[in-house]
Amino acid sequence: MTVDVDSVTAAVPPAGPPPGEPVTTAVDARARRGALTRVRASFLNKFLLPFCVFALFIGAWYLISGLTLTKQQRFMLPLPHDVIRVGILDWGNFKVILEALRYTVIVTFIGLAISMVLGVLAAVLMSQASWIESSLYPWAVVLQTVPILALTPVLSFFFGFALTSRTIVCVIIAFFPIVSNTLFGLQSVDRGMHELFTLHHTGRLTRLWKLQLPAAMPAMFSGFRVAAGLSVIGAIVGEFFFKQGNAGLGTNLSVYSSRLEGERLWATTLVASLLGIAVFVLFGWLARRVVGRWYQPKRG
Amino acid sequence: MTLTTEPPRAGAEALRFAGVSKRFKDGTVALTDADLTVAPGEFVSVVGPSGCGKSTLLRIASGLDAASDGEVNVHSKSVGYVFQDATLLPWRNVRANVGLLAELEHMERAERDGRVRDAIELVGLTGFEKHLPHELSGGMRMRVSLARSMVLAPDVFLFDEPFGALDEITRERLNDELLRMFSQRNFAALFITHSVQEAVFLSGRVLVMTGRPGRVKTEVAVPFDYPREPELRYSAEFAALCGEVSRHLRDV
Repeated sequence: MTVDVDSVTAAVPPAGPPPGEPVTTAVDARARRGALTRVRASFLNKFLLPFCVFALFIGAWYLISGLTLTKQQRFMLPLPHDVIRVGILDWGNFKVILEALRYTVIVTFIGLAISMVLGVLAAVLMSQASWIESSLYPWAVVLQTVPILALTPVLSFFFGFALTSRTIVCVIIAFFPIVSNTLFGLQSVDRGMHELFTLHHTGRLTRLWKLQLPAAMPAMFSGFRVAAGLSVIGAIVGEFFFKQGNAGLGTNLSVYSSRLEGERLWATTLVASLLGIAVFVLFGWLARRVVGRWYQPKRG
Repeated sequence: MTLTTEPPRAGAEALRFAGVSKRFKDGTVALTDADLTVAPGEFVSVVGPSGCGKSTLLRIASGLDAASDGEVNVHSKSVGYVFQDATLLPWRNVRANVGLLAELEHMERAERDGRVRDAIELVGLTGFEKHLPHELSGGMRMRVSLARSMVLAPDVFLFDEPFGALDEITRERLNDELLRMFSQRNFAALFITHSVQEAVFLSGRVLVMTGRPGRVKTEVAVPFDYPREPELRYSAEFAALCGEVSRHLRDV
């Protein structure tokens, strides 16, 4: 069974780098020439066209507000420049909005962080045995489908009308997409890879840590992204109903609407929308930072 | 059924199947009364029509599936299993993928690093250590998969159509290199393939299986000495042996 290793290696040519097997990241010269045209096309698609839609939208706003509403009705839809002038450029008003934004951001991120921890833990637990999954998952669905407004009176009994109740609303709304996406990610690991780990008698924890969790990262992050958007909604809805403590964007929305202060109302709505967009973009960026190195979602 | 895995003994077979059958829960018989042996340092290939239980043979030998009946002995400290797909972890670079199995077997860091370096050199991927799987061609991914198993220096290697998805040119090159590794590492190999040429080129014996239920029908001995040169593929004797195996396959 022994072989003279030296004589064998001497008879066989040494292994060079494999010729003719190109690394697929190499850039083709022709592709480079086409790149400039493509940059122009992508600028048009990515920025110019959406901007045109935005311009049309503002135009329609002016038309509706300026031509169809009387001065008395205009609180419903003030002219765009009035919204900017009163809501944003008036520092006194804008400071109030920014202060509210700060509290909304705090609630959003506390709620989101709790949902992330609980959601990933629940998904990991469910992935360990099908009986755990079948006993817990339906209740996660129920939690998602229960109308949040129906829960608010009950929440106020137990947790009061301030930060705690607002955060709980966030968690209830943001929890499910994290659970379902993470669970899907943990369960869709390639069978061959599982067998590879089985062949080497890998324990549950190692399998989870070295195979399932990393493989689930892309799905987990798309869950986080959806949950982040929902958490903003949860925070604002929560503030709308639980008005004690520091005023958030939702608190102010309800105040301004009851006082028919159209300009400040619309300015607050604008800021709330920007917050939603910001967390969505933030989590898109985070996902690219964490998994973009090895995971390329297939594009059509 | 029994599956015993023991350290290699002098004079013993590396791998032995005696009267092994496999019946799935739905009643399908994948394998019936299969007998085969692979001696230490011997390269044996299995060809047969698709669905004849070739892969089931390997799954039983590795312990991934249990046989319904019969006896399976594997005399080896560790068994290398090379899948049809490269099954690389896409978030690990080449070096980390090659080190994976050693990591799972709790091999010491210093020894692991050395063996990983050697294995990467053995498959000709030195310089690609930091590349991620998606940056590699199909052939290179399969080299990484081979290197990953080589790190554990198994005495018995099970190959489940590893080059089936590759183009002809890459497949032939990897066949040549696999034989070079076989000469250097001297493992026993059971190689499943649907390519008659590949089977004849690599093996000392080619087993022909019948389909449904799977059974080892006949074996063809390949008398060429190792190391084998790529030009062997174009010799008359080689063609004649391929013809013989193909004839058996047609009669199945």
